[in-house]
Amino acid sequence: MTAATGPRPRHLLDFQDWSAERLSALLDNADTMSQVLDRPVKKVPALQGLSVCTAFFENSTRTRISFELAARRMSADVVSFAAGGSSVSKGESIRDTIEVLTSYKVDAFVVRHASAGAAHLVARYSGKPVINAGDGRRAHPTQALLDAYTIRREFGSLEGKTVAIIGDVRHSRVARSNAELLPKLGARVVLCGPATLLPRELAADGVTLTTDAREAVRGADAVMALRLQQERMDAGYVGSLQDYAAQYQVNETLLSYAPDHAIVMHPGPMNRDVEISSDAADGPRSRILQQVENGQAVRMSTLYHLLVGRA
Amino acid sequence: MPTLTITNIRRPGSEKSETLTVENGLIKGWNIKPEGEIIDGNGATLVPAFIEPHAHLREPGQEQKEDLASGLAAAAAGGYGTVVSMPNTSPVVDDPAIVRALIEKAGRLGFARLRPAAALTRGQNGEQLAELSLLAGAGAAVFTDDGRTNENARTLRLGLEYAHSLGLVVSVHAEDAGLRAGGVMNEGAVSEALGLPGNPAAAEAARVARDLEICAMTGGRLHIQHLSTARALDLVRGAKARGVNVTCEVCPHHLLLTDEALRSFDAVYKVAPPLRTQADTEYLLAGLVDGSVDCLATDHAPHTRAEKERDLLEAPSGIAYIEIAFPLLWTHFGKGLGLQKLVELLTVDVARVLGWPAPELEVGQAADFTLLDLDTVRPVQPETFKSKAKFNPWTGQELRGWPVLTVVGGAVAFRRA
Repeated sequence: MTAATGPRPRHLLDFQDWSAERLSALLDNADTMSQVLDRPVKKVPALQGLSVCTAFFENSTRTRISFELAARRMSADVVSFAAGGSSVSKGESIRDTIEVLTSYKVDAFVVRHASAGAAHLVARYSGKPVINAGDGRRAHPTQALLDAYTIRREFGSLEGKTVAIIGDVRHSRVARSNAELLPKLGARVVLCGPATLLPRELAADGVTLTTDAREAVRGADAVMALRLQQERMDAGYVGSLQDYAAQYQVNETLLSYAPDHAIVMHPGPMNRDVEISSDAADGPRSRILQQVENGQAVRMSTLYHLLVGRA
Repeated sequence: MPTLTITNIRRPGSEKSETLTVENGLIKGWNIKPEGEIIDGNGATLVPAFIEPHAHLREPGQEQKEDLASGLAAAAAGGYGTVVSMPNTSPVVDDPAIVRALIEKAGRLGFARLRPAAALTRGQNGEQLAELSLLAGAGAAVFTDDGRTNENARTLRLGLEYAHSLGLVVSVHAEDAGLRAGGVMNEGAVSEALGLPGNPAAAEAARVARDLEICAMTGGRLHIQHLSTARALDLVRGAKARGVNVTCEVCPHHLLLTDEALRSFDAVYKVAPPLRTQADTEYLLAGLVDGSVDCLATDHAPHTRAEKERDLLEAPSGIAYIEIAFPLLWTHFGKGLGLQKLVELLTVDVARVLGWPAPELEVGQAADFTLLDLDTVRPVQPETFKSKAKFNPWTGQELRGWPVLTVVGGAVAFRRA
């Protein structure tokens, strides 16, 4: 375990309270967790006696499974709350829901919600450590951590690396969290997409914007495609999926402008042949399944960091 | 009506201790022999009772948020003698019988006076004019579709023409609904950082520009509610210079708070139009000083605590703080604006906007006045509010300028314990 300085953040809501040292320590610990996942018996007693509640006010089976397996592999008890069919669908407020769940004496919450800031509300109302598993467009910090971890494993370090993130940046919590995290770890982020889906205000230190996908991938060490949802067409952001794909699909043609060593990533779930071609998704550059695998290690490390916290 | 004498009071800008006697709802005399019930003013400052041109009192139909009794008592506690209530109730105030019923009920309560605004269109549907002349006859003070905005420009044109012939103002919540889209806060660096859908300043400016053209074309009387952006104020200023018959109000929350407050993700800061930038707040304040902003309004918009504890996408818009509006303004802007100007923005300027006679504290005038303790510092304690909305962004803040006595129609409507 690597030592880190500064006050230990109580939650992982976003990266505002997290120093680069502490984030690096969390990623270092993910290596240890990865080794656990390579063993025949993939279980350690680190969180024995603790209970983790996954509170998913918005449906996301894959993220929930990833968190629940991560918690179980650390020997935590897991209870899952899903809004559909629960008291929430009967009009219960987030405050009431969380206060009830807190009364069951759970030790930490993993929260997914459609509204930005909902994880902050859970932290306020529960008083327990909260891991944000995605709040609206705002943040999805464990996804960014697993992305960082994947790039780090590939290249040994994030220092000086360039990550191109291509797609519906406007509605993407993955893009926002990566734009917050990667520069802290020394990488440069290029956000790319149609002008209607690329808010100019996201430009910052270490974060540049372009509407030109070829320019975005030129010099990129990693190229990440973001999911483009049909509802963006319906809302008029782009004319059609084809119109989008013609310029922004991550495929062999676009990747021919990227360095040979560049890897391809996607936070999932993919719309094949929309934001990413099958050639690219399944090709030798793809690290998409490694991302999923790394997600468990990173989430184990995050739980460990917040609930045991000797890192 | 009993006779009432207030002793030991001052008028703004004067150190002289004076006495005011009221009888039968009217001011009987200054510095005459005290008679009737005598209240010691303790040296506080006497000003005309404030007029609120824009408050949501939620009755009928939304009494879980506020009702006439709680809202008008809250207004009186804030030093307001008259409140214009917004018509977006359930049902909408588009029926003369509702206007009459509201006025009649409010009259029995003994708090602030009520002058209901009526809907400009039936059911505030934005298409078909309501019965404007019957509503005016029933006592409607102003016509507005308020937060529903007026997407149909032709309807607004017809409404301005018709209302003008009745001598009444049309007031508008000027936001282009298409540009606003699903925005829940000001669009800008903060909204993008927070990942919350933004409502751009251009949504207000574009709609103000349109409405100014319609107003100029009709010659009607347009009042623009709760102006929140520098750009929109520039447009209003330009129109006034061309002689367009337009007025505008700003709200204290748009002077005191910015979109940075949303970083807390606390929906108490969700309001429409949204909190803008520091540059906007400074520009609006300058507009108050130079007179291009006509008056102040609080847009008192109560909701239940449970509603405001929802997430930012779901929570309703609105801040309710009529009880502390003057202390907020006096504490934060008293030095810059001066007492005289600040009181005008809450009294004679509102009356001018609404086409009412200027309130004066002269013999024979209605005895609507408020007594202000300009010096004592008190914390904001929402749990003591008369309003049902017992929370706001300024809880615990130490303010001075508290109203201590509000008299409406010669009777005590509020007295601070």
